Amino acid sequence: MVAATEAAPGRFSQSKSHTNPRSNHESSAAAYAPGSLLAVEHLSVADVAEILAGATRLEQMAAAERAQVLADRTVALLFYESSTRTRTSFELAAKSLGVTTTLVSDKSSSIEKGESLKDTGLTLRALGAEAIVLRHPASGAPFLLARMTGLPVLNAGDGMHQHPSQALLDVRTMLIRLGLGADAVIDEKTLDGVTVVIVGDIRHSRVARSNALMLPRLGARVVLCGPPELLPEEALGLNAYLNANAGASPAIEIERDFDAALRGATVVMMLRIQKERLEGAALDLAEYVERYQLHEARLAALAPRALVMHPGPIIRGLEITGEVADGPQSAIEQQVAQGLAVRRAVLARALGVRG
Amino acid sequence: MVGTEIIWQLPIFLVDMGMSELLIHGGRVIDPEQGVDAARDVLLRDGRVAAVETPGVLASLANSLPNSLQIDATGCVVAPGLIDIHVHLREPGQTHKETIATGTAAAAAGGFTTVVAMPNTTPVNDSVESLRWMLATERHALVHLLAMPAATVGSNGCEITDFDALVRAGAVGFTDDGKPVLEDDVMRAALMAAAALDVPVSQHAEDTRLTGGCSMNLGTVAFRLGLRGMPAEAEARIVERDLRLLREIEQADHVRPHLHVQHVSTELALRAIRAAKKAGLYVTCEAAPHHFTLTDEAIGDYDTNAKMNPPLRAEEDRRAVVDALLDGTVDCIATDHAPHASHEKEVEFDRAPNGITGLETALGLALRVLHRENGMPLGQVLRLMSARPAEVLRLRGRGDLRVGSHADVVVFDAGEEWKFAVTGSRSKSRNSPFDGAAMLGRVRATVCAGRVVYRG
Repeated sequence: MVAATEAAPGRFSQSKSHTNPRSNHESSAAAYAPGSLLAVEHLSVADVAEILAGATRLEQMAAAERAQVLADRTVALLFYESSTRTRTSFELAAKSLGVTTTLVSDKSSSIEKGESLKDTGLTLRALGAEAIVLRHPASGAPFLLARMTGLPVLNAGDGMHQHPSQALLDVRTMLIRLGLGADAVIDEKTLDGVTVVIVGDIRHSRVARSNALMLPRLGARVVLCGPPELLPEEALGLNAYLNANAGASPAIEIERDFDAALRGATVVMMLRIQKERLEGAALDLAEYVERYQLHEARLAALAPRALVMHPGPIIRGLEITGEVADGPQSAIEQQVAQGLAVRRAVLARALGVRG
Repeated sequence: MVGTEIIWQLPIFLVDMGMSELLIHGGRVIDPEQGVDAARDVLLRDGRVAAVETPGVLASLANSLPNSLQIDATGCVVAPGLIDIHVHLREPGQTHKETIATGTAAAAAGGFTTVVAMPNTTPVNDSVESLRWMLATERHALVHLLAMPAATVGSNGCEITDFDALVRAGAVGFTDDGKPVLEDDVMRAALMAAAALDVPVSQHAEDTRLTGGCSMNLGTVAFRLGLRGMPAEAEARIVERDLRLLREIEQADHVRPHLHVQHVSTELALRAIRAAKKAGLYVTCEAAPHHFTLTDEAIGDYDTNAKMNPPLRAEEDRRAVVDALLDGTVDCIATDHAPHASHEKEVEFDRAPNGITGLETALGLALRVLHRENGMPLGQVLRLMSARPAEVLRLRGRGDLRVGSHADVVVFDAGEEWKFAVTGSRSKSRNSPFDGAAMLGRVRATVCAGRVVYRG
């Protein structure tokens, strides 16, 4: 139960939402340990600026100096779901800062014996973990872990909910590739004039949610694109949420026609179809490929200068062709590399150290 | 012989088994069934209402009765004891969540004098033997305990239970609550069997074929939280199916089954029920305080104490429930009191069990939301919590303060504002989304069968 009465200064969640009498509980960053990264709306624009500046500072440091930043600190990586990029980059980011890490996965721990998330978290805390990085198939699990342990928790992807560090690394990738520079001033206008088209399985995508709730607050226009089975109209409700909580004007739109969406795209972010979460929903893959696959001809004709992004894992030949993924407009590998930089900064922030 | 003389000088009621008389004086009696809303003193005797009189009439009695047999209700409303036709008391089988004793103690604290236990215990209450066990005095119910046994054996939805024998053993209706009776043929058989016995079939209206893997209401909040949502259609579809069965049975079999729809939460289902009532079908329904008070926004940061089934809905649906309570489409308020242990709720949202406690917050929320915020007259609020639920289940002598009715009374301060704290709950569980929430109206005393079962 969360009953924060005061929100920290500059937090996204401090504003009007408390006036809703039909709701007892409001998303409030102040209810959690400082340095937690549970959802992007807990970050103010100033927080985003600080994290990105930290990423740059840590990147520019000599390796030996960097290895002292969090020397002798302990972080647990708790993974209930498979992961390549996120797990590896959190682990490498932590190690590069001198952190002692321990990796616990559901496949090789007492979780298999039925230990609850709460008890697993309390155990890790008792063993000295000062922060926990959590990947979990249940939406909201990081909130539970943060409440139960009182530790800073970094959400490394929770179900269909969010993947905040992905949104941060996507912003940094855009800054670099759009020519604004990694050290660009971050404010409400940084991405003015930028249209980000997010395409595909938005219903099941935590990456889409984190980006949709982050990018408009930096000035970008977000166009969501996909068939109704993968992109319900309810997605537009994010506008009201952004407006009520951050005063952001409605910046999220739905465009079902991929070609139309592509014409105005500065960035096109492709998403994998999450077959493991479809749960019997019928989807004609051939038709999907026909309408929504990003291939060379489509890209060359409609968005020859757009930046192509993808959070991975990529299914080549389905949502994107190999040629586009490996082509000159693609920033996919760069996104992965930025993951390392951004995760260093959020780890330092979690442990109360200015990167 | 001296002793005998003394006894003869005492008023006759004291000779007759000690605690058999209770005088509630100085209060404002609201008995909507009799159109009473006035200063009255109420005399209870031998478990029944003996007299309801204007102040002064019972003065001589007041002088002779010891203080322990009087309740000073000055400044308070005195009303028929509240009736909740939908509670989960978890006994047998899940007594770590609640027992009949603790659940009925919570009921008494909430002003309830009669509760109806749902059958989803372990094992399921689907036999005369289990029903008798549940209703036995050894369970130590603090208020009147009634029960609705399962409509189908094991609540498995296949074969209906022995309605006839169960009604003779005290069943007041039948339900598979927690799950719907999905199969048309089974529901038809249940409605027919219940009609012959003049009891309702109480349906948990959820087309579970549309709600697999869902843990909250379908809508913008579910989308944002990344949770799968139950569509309103899942509730409406079963309601519409059941109403179709009622029509078919009335036409073909010339009997008039009574369908009671539990915890209606959507505008869509309420619209169907309103139309069916207009068309003359025998359908009643209940609404839960959380559905007229909260929306799915209350889930906040995945608060499992805001998870129940049917789920908290959107504001339009909440509004529709309030409107349906105001216009009489909803027949009664029922809490769906559903206790769970904290370790069961301290889990991932989609893994947490459904349900919240509700007995101690129902009156405070009804008065705040319906009376104060939506202008419902106090008498109408009380009818929805006493006379109307009694009517739904044909409970004679309950829900009013007629002379001869059960001596079940609630005394409450209708103007007191307070905040509910789960730590003070009589329930064995603490799973309420209303911890710290504003309440209007505080129970001062609950009297059941002439005995004071709660003092606040």
